[in-house]
Amino acid sequence: MGAEESKPGWTSLPIGAVLVTPGSAERNKTGTWRLKRPVLDAKKCTNCLLCWIYCPEPAIMRGTKTIEFSYDYCKGCGICATECPTKAISMTEET
Amino acid sequence: MARVISQKIVGMNGNEAVAFAAKQARVDVVAAYPITPQTIMVERFSDYVANGEVDTQFICVESEHSALSACVGSSLAGSRVFTATSSQGLALMHEVLYLASGLRTPIVMAVANRALSAPINIHNDHSDMMGSRDCGWIQIYAENAQEAYDWTLQAFKIAEDHDVLLPMTVNLDGFTISHAMEGVTVLEDGEVSKLLGKRQPKYGLDPDNPMTFGALTLPDYYSEFKRQQVDAMDKAPPVIEAVADEFKKVSGRQYSDVSCFNVEDAEAVVICMGSIAGTARTVAARLRKQGKRVGVMKVWQYRPFPTRRIAELLSKVKCVGVIDRAVSFGAPYGALCSDIASTKVQTGIQTKVFNVICGLGGRDVKPADIEQVFEKALRCAGGEPLDMPTSLLGVRQ
Amino acid sequence: MCGWGALGHANFALGSEAVMVALKELPTRELFGPGHRMCTGCGPAATARITMKALERPAIIVNATGCLEVASTIYPDTAWKLPWVHTLFENTAAVASGIEASLRAQGRADAMDVIAFGGDGGTFDIGIQALSGALERKHDFTYICYDNEAYMNTGIQRSGATPHGAATTTTPAGSKIPGKMGSKKDLIGICVAHGIEYAATASVAFWNDYINKVRRATALKGPAVLHVLAPCPLGWRFGTSETIKLAKLAVQTRYFPLYEVENGKYRLSMKVPKPAPLEEFLKPQGRFRHLFAPEFAKDLEELKKETESNWNRIAQLCGEPTVQTQPASN
Repeated sequence: MGAEESKPGWTSLPIGAVLVTPGSAERNKTGTWRLKRPVLDAKKCTNCLLCWIYCPEPAIMRGTKTIEFSYDYCKGCGICATECPTKAISMTEET
Repeated sequence: MARVISQKIVGMNGNEAVAFAAKQARVDVVAAYPITPQTIMVERFSDYVANGEVDTQFICVESEHSALSACVGSSLAGSRVFTATSSQGLALMHEVLYLASGLRTPIVMAVANRALSAPINIHNDHSDMMGSRDCGWIQIYAENAQEAYDWTLQAFKIAEDHDVLLPMTVNLDGFTISHAMEGVTVLEDGEVSKLLGKRQPKYGLDPDNPMTFGALTLPDYYSEFKRQQVDAMDKAPPVIEAVADEFKKVSGRQYSDVSCFNVEDAEAVVICMGSIAGTARTVAARLRKQGKRVGVMKVWQYRPFPTRRIAELLSKVKCVGVIDRAVSFGAPYGALCSDIASTKVQTGIQTKVFNVICGLGGRDVKPADIEQVFEKALRCAGGEPLDMPTSLLGVRQ
Repeated sequence: MCGWGALGHANFALGSEAVMVALKELPTRELFGPGHRMCTGCGPAATARITMKALERPAIIVNATGCLEVASTIYPDTAWKLPWVHTLFENTAAVASGIEASLRAQGRADAMDVIAFGGDGGTFDIGIQALSGALERKHDFTYICYDNEAYMNTGIQRSGATPHGAATTTTPAGSKIPGKMGSKKDLIGICVAHGIEYAATASVAFWNDYINKVRRATALKGPAVLHVLAPCPLGWRFGTSETIKLAKLAVQTRYFPLYEVENGKYRLSMKVPKPAPLEEFLKPQGRFRHLFAPEFAKDLEELKKETESNWNRIAQLCGEPTVQTQPASN
């Protein structure tokens, strides 16, 4: 199979399936999973960081004045929108 | 100028000899659970710990499954690790055996071979280790307490070699070796430390260099890691040989993959493993005095199986009687004979092969029994057709 | 007011060492994720992430087979940025024991924490032996059980942590038997019976309480067990955005009491003086839907009774008042 042939062979892989690069999963842009995307109303954001602590991915970053979404990884679960105390986040259809 | 190596003879049984070797190897962690006939190994080591004779962290785990699991944890964290078990304990840790070899942890484990239940039996045969022979561990069979001591020491060096990095069992017959007192010639602590050095892990659990162990591999990757284990097994024999040569220099005792007694000009040979080889050699020596051309091949290194070497050694032998100490139910041969028969198929040697299974559950195998095997082998060597390729010896009708 | 739980701190009584954690003071570094393949809205994923935020020293993670392990380490990807090992399903505490012993042999045990993660499957059931052994031997490690109340990774089969009446694939809501018959094991009680210094329950929704408990558990010398409720959208059958809400409701309805046990002394972390009706927790979950059919009203009542008697049992141990609203059992 073509796709299999391009993967590394046993002579070049570290033994025992050990993964020597921490966080190598970052190459998986799980943002492709989502059906809805969170949109921030920056005026309502108080930077309380509740969405940040609850995000399972994480796909929310701490910005200077407000949070920022990492759309590369956001799976669109909507926990942030549910938990936001000022309703600053709304889930809209992914285009 | 030759180095003066001093050794002394200490009266020890097989279990004590192994525990002593683990002590001299300065293992960092031992996690073990008692089971007859291994118990004395664990108890003797506990004495060393309680008397401050070792710096080892000794974990009295609550089962054999946890014993080997804890060893895997310790080994991944960088420690030199030892454990021991028998029979049901080995069976209980079955999945952990594959885990240890798959994760490439150089754990050394002594197995005091004992029959597997049911029915429950605490005496010696090889069904325990044979039940796990495909687990990816290097497997050695010792004939006596001396060999158990010597192989346990060598095992650390073999397993920890970066070309190998496989766990290793040293098998010793339960009660027959484990509980029998011998005069064991032991090295001085300093010589052992020089021989083994400190373990140098290749990969490990270390916050300064974070790694992930035990990831899930899907069909697109699993095979490559199994291929690596095959490679490690292929690389083990030269490492075992090199360590044996180093060991010879300090002890005067030479080890190898097999040990031959009068095989070069034999026409009939008995192949066996473990303590039964002693009985076989005694019988062979007696038959030689009667002019019969017989020999004994004792296999030390069971995995990786020394196919090429055995084929070379048997090239002129007309017939071999292979003794197995366990039944492989439903199979044409017992485990060892199966490997000898495969050797024949792969290499094209013409030696006739038959299998005798005996000594199950500690049933005593007497010289007269072994003599029967030699006589059959000689008859086959003389041209008589093989009537029963596999038979059970010494079982009442 | 930023960074505080929904109930307000009047009802929030933590242990004496509890601290109000400011979210802004938590590290930004992510030792877990992103890029892992846990489900959308996964409770255990959030739990793992919050645990990483709580760490105050370098740590080595030991992970049981299960959702968290499988979905975070599919070769060649790993979501973890600290030393991490998975071996088998039932031996996590044994592997942790071995690592801890190795660190002691190396003289490095004080410099780092050994933290074990196991799901309810790998902890309550198949892993209970190894956990018991490790606790009895008093190894210095923290065992965190993320509880989604079934064997989720293999497709939602019942575990010893599955509550009475819940539908799983091995205890389906059938016409004759409405879900799991039998209750949830008392994991903390089992652990406390080993004489350990600290055990506590937590909920992924109450992050401040949980972070304090992680810090308390990892700082002490000896074993500690945390039992964290981590809802599973797929297995409990609710919308992915409700995970935290349900983890809150579980506590607010007294279904899952939050408490600590320090040297055998029980202390309630959250008093819940005005519990919400249990139905508020049950109704959004598909796994309890059948309990609202008239033929299974008896089983719904049974679950309510059990919830109350469990709360009362814990309250009594904590020296708190008990309440009887449900009719006594026959």
